[in-house]
Amino acid sequence: MGGLKPGDPSVAGSALPVLRQRGQREVFCGLTGIVWLHRKIQDAFFLVVGSRTCAHLLQSAAGVMLFAEPRFATAIIEERDLAGMADANEELDRVVDRLLARRPDIRMLFLVGSCPSEVIKLDLSRAASRLTAKHGPAVRVLNYSGSGIETTFTQGEDACLAALVPELPATQAAAPESTPELMIVGSLPDIVEDQFLRFFAEMGIGPVRVLPPRRAVALPPVGPNTRFLLAQPFLGETARALEDRGAVRLDALFPFGSEGSFEWLRAAARAFGVDEARFEAVVAPARERATRALARHRGVLEGKTIFFMPDSQLEVPLARFLSRELGMIPLEVGTPYLHRAHLARELEALPEGTTLSEGQDVDRQLDRVRAARPDLTVCGLGLANPLEAEGLSTKWSIELVFSPVHGFDQAGDLAELFARPLRRRDMLKV
Amino acid sequence: MQLTLWTYEGPPHVGAMRVATAMEGVHYVLHAPQGDTYADLLFTMIERRNARPPVTYTTFEARDLGGDTAQLFQTAARQAYERYKPQAILVGASCTAELIQDDPAGLAEAMRLPVPVIPLELPSYQRREHWGAAETFHALVRALARRDIVRTPLEGRRPLANILGPTALGFRHRDDLVEIRLLLAALGVDINLVAPLGASPADIATIGQADFNILMYPEIGDTAARFLEKQFKQPIVRTVPIGHGATCDFICEVAALAGVDPAPALALGSRMPWWSRSIDSTYLTSKRVFIFGDATHAMAAARVARDELGFEVCGLGCYNREFAREVRAMAGEFGVEPLITDDYLDVEAAITAAQPELVLGTQMERMIAKKLKLPCAVISAPVHVQDFPARHSPQMGFEGANVLFDTWVHPLVMGLEEHLLTMFRDDFEFHDSAGPSHLGAGHGGGKAAAAPDSPQPSNSPAEEPEGWTADAEKELLKIPFFVRGKARRNTEAYAASQGIAAITVATLYEAKAYHAR
Ligand code: SF4
Repeated sequence: MGGLKPGDPSVAGSALPVLRQRGQREVFCGLTGIVWLHRKIQDAFFLVVGSRTCAHLLQSAAGVMLFAEPRFATAIIEERDLAGMADANEELDRVVDRLLARRPDIRMLFLVGSCPSEVIKLDLSRAASRLTAKHGPAVRVLNYSGSGIETTFTQGEDACLAALVPELPATQAAAPESTPELMIVGSLPDIVEDQFLRFFAEMGIGPVRVLPPRRAVALPPVGPNTRFLLAQPFLGETARALEDRGAVRLDALFPFGSEGSFEWLRAAARAFGVDEARFEAVVAPARERATRALARHRGVLEGKTIFFMPDSQLEVPLARFLSRELGMIPLEVGTPYLHRAHLARELEALPEGTTLSEGQDVDRQLDRVRAARPDLTVCGLGLANPLEAEGLSTKWSIELVFSPVHGFDQAGDLAELFARPLRRRDMLKV
Repeated sequence: MQLTLWTYEGPPHVGAMRVATAMEGVHYVLHAPQGDTYADLLFTMIERRNARPPVTYTTFEARDLGGDTAQLFQTAARQAYERYKPQAILVGASCTAELIQDDPAGLAEAMRLPVPVIPLELPSYQRREHWGAAETFHALVRALARRDIVRTPLEGRRPLANILGPTALGFRHRDDLVEIRLLLAALGVDINLVAPLGASPADIATIGQADFNILMYPEIGDTAARFLEKQFKQPIVRTVPIGHGATCDFICEVAALAGVDPAPALALGSRMPWWSRSIDSTYLTSKRVFIFGDATHAMAAARVARDELGFEVCGLGCYNREFAREVRAMAGEFGVEPLITDDYLDVEAAITAAQPELVLGTQMERMIAKKLKLPCAVISAPVHVQDFPARHSPQMGFEGANVLFDTWVHPLVMGLEEHLLTMFRDDFEFHDSAGPSHLGAGHGGGKAAAAPDSPQPSNSPAEEPEGWTADAEKELLKIPFFVRGKARRNTEAYAASQGIAAITVATLYEAKAYHAR
């Protein structure tokens, strides 16, 4: 099992060898995406059809500190549901009735599949149509899978957005040569989304659509005149579904750090025929702010080694940002899944000597961490304290998914997330 | 199917993890998909453990399902054995693996590993975390206890006890254990072993040596304790020493079994009796308290609340059905309706209806209390990172009684302060959002904007009832917020009983006179 294999040479930027090992994968399942998606789409509710484990995972990942009542819940499958399928479907309908009666404000309900619902082959897409017929048009019921046997962590958002795509209305313009429209794809904190929208407005690009929308009742239209930018590197299925609707992906670095933000915005500017000077003028002040903000952290981060455990699929773009803009040295960049096409430009920008790994055998990977003793290890919540206890500084990867880190004005904050553990290590005298 | 917003207990394999993680030299091979590895963070983040739990997950994927997940299990088990060299291995399935029926027990057996392999049958779709912990501990004890142990007579030697129940991720288990050790030392009772916490399989082998068992947490240790009672004729100390009185009872129970003098241990004492008798505590009299948690902690809290603080218990319940009978009996004794449920929404509705002045519950009830703007103290699992304080903070023993006094009384308005608030209720600074001064800003509540997506239950006190005249409503606002709910409830009950449709200022004061104790 495992071993170094050179990547497919026909794809640009894949010169780095990829280490693939099979063993225990220490990563959340796709259900975790609900923790941020339920806050992003304000009139949507996420109902996991799963086990007590699924409910416990969500609760543990979200923390019992959520003050507002969350817009997610679990329909926990019980022994008697396993007895017969008709029964399980009736039970699900009953749970949905109770839920919608309690939450009349809900306009879109996602039935989220889990490992148990998939293993017992509970057909959630049929359930979704049945429930849409019953509760529509006030409530639209969709389904996707966040199961751990099919998805890791951020892939849950991919599956959710991909499920939304067939629901999107068609753009007015039918022919591809008609006025192009821009779509930003991937859930971003509202503040970051607004920053990007301002940039596009100043460049004269419009209309600009956002997927997912803040309200499920306002789904963005899509069609052959749609040009989309992925804001996140983990949206392979969503991109494919958009392409099926005729939309065209704009290839770019992901908008992490100053360089990534610049390249990402420029990809849109070029596609929409914004002239270079205007583009430069629009982004210049923010770019300059980012440069200043990053300079403050360079002293702490430059020359420091970093090891990414596979978790969010943000690993490759972040390693690119940290090495090119802050002078860090990525030792191993692990990712649960390597989307070569979407990451082609990112991979090209990684420094030589970086080990890329896809998938995981956590025990052996931790052996490599201990052998390499990186200055910083980016890892999941289960591994952070054990590594700290061994004297290795860590950064929780989940924070990178929850915090505003995209764009020029967050570049400094993103660097700070990596600099803080190192600064802290130097500060503490206990 | 059960609609669940929050769960009080995890799945049973998390209970098994709590046992395995507490012990030394045990490894748990769990047939489970990758997402189930989230459970590691419970231990490393919430409890701040400095090592990964001793658990290997097989993390099978969809594409493995058609193929050989059994092979995957055996590979994982073999690698886990070779890497960690445990003295004993637990094997089992999580909810998903239970459905694919790979039989981890048979697979592990066939591997002929050179250490005991203990299969766990934990039905995920019926049972929960505490049950899983109890069953796992029981299975370990059954498999590992040497049956040939013969105890020498108690005469002429110091008595020997086992302490059963503490695990990883337990609510104050670490600190409770310190207190139990202290009491046993004062009694002159030696400890044969503590388990699961800190015990190795080799230690468990000697479990039959003890003269009796101290059952700290029945939810976790009861099944094993019953087995040991049968197998080794070890009596069980059943009093759970939470509170001053229960601690005294516990000491007497241990002393009787061990044939020692309870006096030196009783002499340690707590401050609870005097703190509670001191004049400042008078204001605690008949404060209405709602209690919910695991059965053991809830029942112990009810006794302390009534007998040691002079509260009135207005609600009592637990989320673990396994102990429903005991809780029902006690609720009957207290004259309240028992609440046996693990549905968070039911608990929220019950607390809302009871309008208590203090909630003693879990972190879930803390959320409910916050929403209803009621003071709350946490008395039971499920645990939160705040339930692992850096300082010593037991619930059990005499120091535990001191801790209970402080943590339950602290959220309440202090005695004299309450009078001042009542006397000068028109002072502009005594508005709704002025909470108790010692709690700092923002704690008292007031009409904080409820999050737009958290609808109030229909029986919420925030809702304006019919029948209040504007004047009466205004008068009601002059009553300090922490008794306003009670005043409103009493007035409405009085109006209803008298057939009064419109509640006026006069009705308010008539009701007050009527309800005056
Ligand atoms: S891995 Fe599967 S069973 Fe486990 S929490 Fe995720 S969806 Fe549920």
